Amino acid sequence: MKTRATFFRKTKDSLMRAFSGFATSMALVLMAWVIFTIVREGHSSISAELFLNASKPFGEVGGGIANALLGTVMITAGAAALALPPALAAGIWLAEFGKDSLLARAARFTVNVMMGVPSVIVGLFAYGVLVTTTGHFSGFAGSFSLAILMFPVVVRTTEDQFSGIGDALRESLLALGASRARSTLTVIWSAARSGVVTGVLLAVARVSGETAPLLFTALFADTWPTSYFSGPTPSAPVLITSYTMDSPFESMHRIGWSAALTMAFILLAVNITARYFGAKRAAKRK
Amino acid sequence: MRRILDTDTAFRWFCKAGAIVGLAVAIALVAVILKESMLALRTAGFSLVFSAEWNPADGSFGAAGALAGTAATTLLALLMAVPMAFAAALFVNAAPPNVAVPVAHALDLLAAIPSVIYGMWGLFVLCPLLQSVLSRFGIEYTGFGLVPSSLVLALMVLPYVSAVMRDVLAQTPVALVESAMGVGCTRWEATWDVVVRSRKAGLLGAIMIGLGRALGETMAVLFVCGGVSAIPTGLLDGCTTIAATLANDFAEADGVHKSALFALGGILLALEFAIQATTIPLIGRRSKK
Amino acid sequence: MQKKKYKIETKRLNFFYGDHQALFDNDLSIEANKITAVIGPSGCGKSTHLRVYNRIFELHRGQRAEGEVFIDGKDILDPGIDLLDLRRRVGMIFQKPTPFPMSVFDNVAYPIRLHFKASQKEIAERVENALRGAALWDEVKDKLRESGQALSGGQQQRLCIARAIAAEPEILLMDEPTSAIDPVGTLKIEELMDRLRERFTIVIVTHNMQQASRISDTTAFFYKGSIVEVGPTKLIFTNPRNKQTEDYVSGRFG
Repeated sequence: MKTRATFFRKTKDSLMRAFSGFATSMALVLMAWVIFTIVREGHSSISAELFLNASKPFGEVGGGIANALLGTVMITAGAAALALPPALAAGIWLAEFGKDSLLARAARFTVNVMMGVPSVIVGLFAYGVLVTTTGHFSGFAGSFSLAILMFPVVVRTTEDQFSGIGDALRESLLALGASRARSTLTVIWSAARSGVVTGVLLAVARVSGETAPLLFTALFADTWPTSYFSGPTPSAPVLITSYTMDSPFESMHRIGWSAALTMAFILLAVNITARYFGAKRAAKRK
Repeated sequence: MRRILDTDTAFRWFCKAGAIVGLAVAIALVAVILKESMLALRTAGFSLVFSAEWNPADGSFGAAGALAGTAATTLLALLMAVPMAFAAALFVNAAPPNVAVPVAHALDLLAAIPSVIYGMWGLFVLCPLLQSVLSRFGIEYTGFGLVPSSLVLALMVLPYVSAVMRDVLAQTPVALVESAMGVGCTRWEATWDVVVRSRKAGLLGAIMIGLGRALGETMAVLFVCGGVSAIPTGLLDGCTTIAATLANDFAEADGVHKSALFALGGILLALEFAIQATTIPLIGRRSKK
Repeated sequence: MQKKKYKIETKRLNFFYGDHQALFDNDLSIEANKITAVIGPSGCGKSTHLRVYNRIFELHRGQRAEGEVFIDGKDILDPGIDLLDLRRRVGMIFQKPTPFPMSVFDNVAYPIRLHFKASQKEIAERVENALRGAALWDEVKDKLRESGQALSGGQQQRLCIARAIAAEPEILLMDEPTSAIDPVGTLKIEELMDRLRERFTIVIVTHNMQQASRISDTTAFFYKGSIVEVGPTKLIFTNPRNKQTEDYVSGRFG
């Protein structure tokens, strides 16, 4: 029987290799393009005033983004305060106590499904729960929506980190007579801590850039975020949206770009740091 | 002895409460969206899905256009993103560590950039570029619609799909790859004929994750879709998606309009639920290594 | 007496995992249509040596071979060699059965489609021949469309043998082919090997000394990356020249 020439098979192999290199560089080039655009458009308006002044009402020239950045910090911190206690608790419960019980399986499934719920829908929900009932938009409602987005991510990391710790450690602690609460909160926590912290940092960074849910909850204000619990609260992502998509004015676009540059810089810095420490810890474990 | 038991029980209950909070929030989410959609479901009924007439001013709420736009942008985005993500996953898994690690991290960082920034980039860079390129061929194009929406979505979805594919492919048993190469496969033949078949479920799960993300993405699409509520009939048409409609209309909506938006949100939620429920068994608990 | 013609001749083969040297100046000549057993304690380099014959080691970063390995007089370590053709001519069976995720039929048809221009009818004939050759036909002829991964462990390993011989190789490399198989399956594979020697040159790495003595014609004893002794199997097991070999085959270490 005739053998097939290997030439075409090898050529196809080389072409596929080339394509995989091409696709990877394409993705990296696009990313570089996005980042380059933000830097090019955003750097010129970066100034001390930008970070010190509040934004001005729509159409007025000048103004800063300080109120929006502060608002983002408040809304994100509020989200973390709301989400972390129950999320850490739930993660610990799943890993330490729940295991394979019915409730644990239900909770795990729910958490997985929640990871896929789009942020707009969470925005709708937060609106339905907090804005309709209280009758006003608020930064707190924004925090609530971001907290829901954070919750499943933190539960998942916490459970993974805690269940990654061998039962040997657990048993030896209990054998020493330590209570379950004490051993979990001290020794096991310190073993899981850095992984959990990395995961939490990434989750916080992720939600701080969310825009859609804030359009339903915190809205925006050209004032300092003084009415976090009772009124519209500015935030950087919403400022970017209203200064670019909703505005025809070049001067507002500039400020929008600077806000984008600031956000991107902070988020990339947080991500890189968190990943760096995460990777170092992983290397240490081996 | 008694005290130890007490703190332990309290701690256990506290942790359990966290899990119950999660369940309760999820149930409340579904309940609130359902409750708020009731008005629209009663007044508009099935025309919500089957009519493409979206005109809140005279009370017509047919979201077929948004549904079609969602389907079209998602599909086009996946068509572009999936092969690229697969190729990038192959590259990272085959490259020497000193190349693979930085590349993998860089790809992961793509996912760290907020979607509003992708939207801006689309609005100020991609759309004008598309417009000017097409005008050179004598085609008049607004620059907005299906094409930029799916391009931006593809770029946003790529890192997620690629990361999952990377993990899935890395779990292939070495012996399987060796035996494929052992019968005289090229690297590509071994990958496509043997590895991909054996990792089918996981790779499908990766695509589903991309599908879920693309369906629900709001801001990036909102910037570049053009906000056209009709069913798109050509590639160059403007469009909208469920998520973009929600974000765009909500501020000015009340009454039935608002309720109709909740109903759209409910549809999106149901779709995402179906996707998640099929994805979970496909990739298992991936992050547990 | 005429000079013996060898199928494989290895000369001064050295092997490295990164900076670590695993094989030292291996010289080994393997006769055609014979079964050559490679024995030795774990980590002695016997698998490493085998994996040079089809250059499968090149899949892994940092592994490299130096020296010469002639198959039919041609040095296969020459970078100009056609690897795909080499691996068709030198089939390999691994420790754990590795059926491809496809049907029994497609598992065997796969290398045929890969390497030959064949009609559907010819492929079907060849698949049947290969399965008969691997003593598996009677067991699977009614489930050719079922997944190859649904067979029992021993059947899976014979499926892998069928897959290897479907490509019409001249040499079969077997890397501890029965170590993951139950005794009944092992027995069947050993009987099969005895028949396969008529058509193929077989090199088998094994941990199991009874197996080596039962089935092989020639035995090579490896120790710490070097070949300590090579000879007719009977001689190696009854009257080895080397003290280390004697200790090993009599079970005093390893």
